[in-house]
Amino acid sequence: MENTKQTDNKNNILEIKDLHVEVDGKPILHGINLKFESNTVHAIMGPNGSGKSTLANAIMGNPKYKVTKGQIIYNDQDITNSSVKERADLGIFLSFQYPAEVPGVTINNFLREAVNTKRALQNQKPYSVIDFYKLLKEKMQLLHMDQSFRTRELNAGFSGGEKKRSEMLQLLLLKPIFAILDETDSGLDVDGIKAVADAIHLAKKDSPMGIILITHYEHFMRELMPDRVSVLCNGKVIQEGSTELAKKIQEKGFAEFIKQNEQSNKGGNQ
Amino acid sequence: MPPQATQNAGSDVDPKNQKLNFDINRDLYDAADNHQPKFQSKPGINEEVVRLISKTKNEPEWVLNKRLKSFELFQKTPTPTWGPDLSELDLQKIIYFIDPNTTESTSWDDVPDEIKKTFDKLGIPEAEKKALAGVGAQYDSGMIYHNLKKSLQDKGVIFENMDVAIHKYPEMIKEYFMTSCVPVNDHKFVMLHAAVWSGGTFIYVPKGIKVDLPLQAYFRMNGKQGGQFEHTLIIVDEGAELHYIEGCSSPRYQQSSLHAGCVEIFVKENATMRYTSIENWSRNVYNLNTKRALVDKNAKMIWTNGNMGSSRTMLYPCSILRGENAHSESLGIAFAGSEQDQDTGSKVIHAASNTTSIIKAKSISKDGGISSYRGLVKVMPNAKNIKSNVQCDALLLDEKSVSKTFPYMKINSPTATVGHEASVSKVSEEQLFYLQSRGLSEEQATKVIVSGFISPIVKALPLEYAIELNKLIELEVQGM
Repeated sequence: MENTKQTDNKNNILEIKDLHVEVDGKPILHGINLKFESNTVHAIMGPNGSGKSTLANAIMGNPKYKVTKGQIIYNDQDITNSSVKERADLGIFLSFQYPAEVPGVTINNFLREAVNTKRALQNQKPYSVIDFYKLLKEKMQLLHMDQSFRTRELNAGFSGGEKKRSEMLQLLLLKPIFAILDETDSGLDVDGIKAVADAIHLAKKDSPMGIILITHYEHFMRELMPDRVSVLCNGKVIQEGSTELAKKIQEKGFAEFIKQNEQSNKGGNQ
Repeated sequence: MPPQATQNAGSDVDPKNQKLNFDINRDLYDAADNHQPKFQSKPGINEEVVRLISKTKNEPEWVLNKRLKSFELFQKTPTPTWGPDLSELDLQKIIYFIDPNTTESTSWDDVPDEIKKTFDKLGIPEAEKKALAGVGAQYDSGMIYHNLKKSLQDKGVIFENMDVAIHKYPEMIKEYFMTSCVPVNDHKFVMLHAAVWSGGTFIYVPKGIKVDLPLQAYFRMNGKQGGQFEHTLIIVDEGAELHYIEGCSSPRYQQSSLHAGCVEIFVKENATMRYTSIENWSRNVYNLNTKRALVDKNAKMIWTNGNMGSSRTMLYPCSILRGENAHSESLGIAFAGSEQDQDTGSKVIHAASNTTSIIKAKSISKDGGISSYRGLVKVMPNAKNIKSNVQCDALLLDEKSVSKTFPYMKINSPTATVGHEASVSKVSEEQLFYLQSRGLSEEQATKVIVSGFISPIVKALPLEYAIELNKLIELEVQGM
């Protein structure tokens, strides 16, 4: 089913070339090379502090993350210096690990603004209040969210699970071309992980989205099997592979996998 | 700063240099029309001008005497220096009286076209269409349009120009006008106001009458250097209810303009009064206003104020709770942009037992603007079981803007419960990044954050005012 879609749609490519990034003057990424494609679930795994979130923020263009060398290329367009909005307009989306609170702004009003801004970009008429109400209701039902959620203030006082669901709701509404999920699985129980995975499956059904799945747990892969896996350690990609590698990591557990990997590296050095 | 620079600067981003850069056409608020005033006094103030104003209005002698006494006090009193800098305000350059070339009208058809055009921009006919109970608009110093629904007239509600009310209801005016609520010797600008006041609104709501729809009046200054000194006197008799809305806008001129209005409200036993005002004076106006209510037993006074525009604002709506169980609420929003000093807040005097008050103030500062909350909660020694809560929140849109808080408390009663909370927040980089990652521009993102900040106050406004206030704040956020 997804294969037919791929032929219908252009294969979009997001490429990271020799990317060096520093935060507050401290170098975190030391020359990352990665290639992401449409219709692909690409897992980025790595222990805490390996630079996964830095990579996510650098791709989205967070001004706090300074690119000192290298490039981010989207379909032959160099977006290394593009603004956050320009990247969002191109269809890049980041599901935040810790989304910022915006007190007083309801989920409903914020999402209508965001969706209508995107529609304007595509020369579509903005949704009326009523039409948007219906659309949001439908998407919230898909995520089994209570309708009272629409009047909650954006991320203010949200539980961990509510934050993740709110991010997934935004993903469903904004239909990005590349969605970076920054530890969207962390802090969730089994049901929570399943709900997030369901949301991603729903989104994938809608469009040939490329998914960049940042995680340091193997659990998520049970729900969402990656097509590609890249393992990050100390700001570098140390291993890459396809579904087979994902399965291997899943079987052994990521901690064990890293341990073995380090040992074999030591062996190689000696 | 272009987007690329922001992008590459990373942690070196200097928030001081981050600026929302796009222009907005403020003509709507700043344009003056070609209207020719009938008569205006020479700039400056002296006894002759005061006498001239009184004579032109054909006032009874007691009114003139009150003006002259006030003028004498004004001359002896120095300009206050405890608040915003008023040193550039030259009172001798202000024109104190302009009589518009129009007579009092009762129907929209009688309103001159030029003036209609200006009011169209301000949306007055829309408000009329929406069946608001009445429109009183002050054009310069006189009332040009005054319409009151017949049903209200039948109930005995009086909604009248102050100039006319003085002749029509002399006993009531004599009793209530600048006597016990705001006496003429209150402060320097009240003295000035009492000497040169002109026009304004008089409202009387008889006992037990509930006015369902809000009464509205728009004030607008026009005419170069036009000072405006309108007087509003409202009496809500026992058990009655009223919501009065006032909106202001003013054309922009080069030389300093002065607005020193005065509002006096009497809320009698068991009555409820809601006073809402949105003031959007042009950037050269000194807005030095006095608003006060005397609140009797079991009565309720609710102030809602939005202050934008003007160069300096000094406004602290005050409730004197003089009857048991009286209640006061004060909601305020102030916006200070470049070279603006918004010194606003609220005062409550708890003079009787079991009285309660709430003050909520929000301010937004941008481009180096200064917003100050200046308020007073005073509990008299004889007043028992007082509850008062003050909350003031400030939002700074950039590093060079300023927020100050002066919450004075004079609590002379051991049984009083008085709370005060203050917060200052900034539009954070995290918020901007988050919202922009959803496709909003930096301007949109800032607007969203600001609208969220003010939403608790906007929610308290009637719908069309909520929309207008949101629009005004958006214009201010977008920048000049």
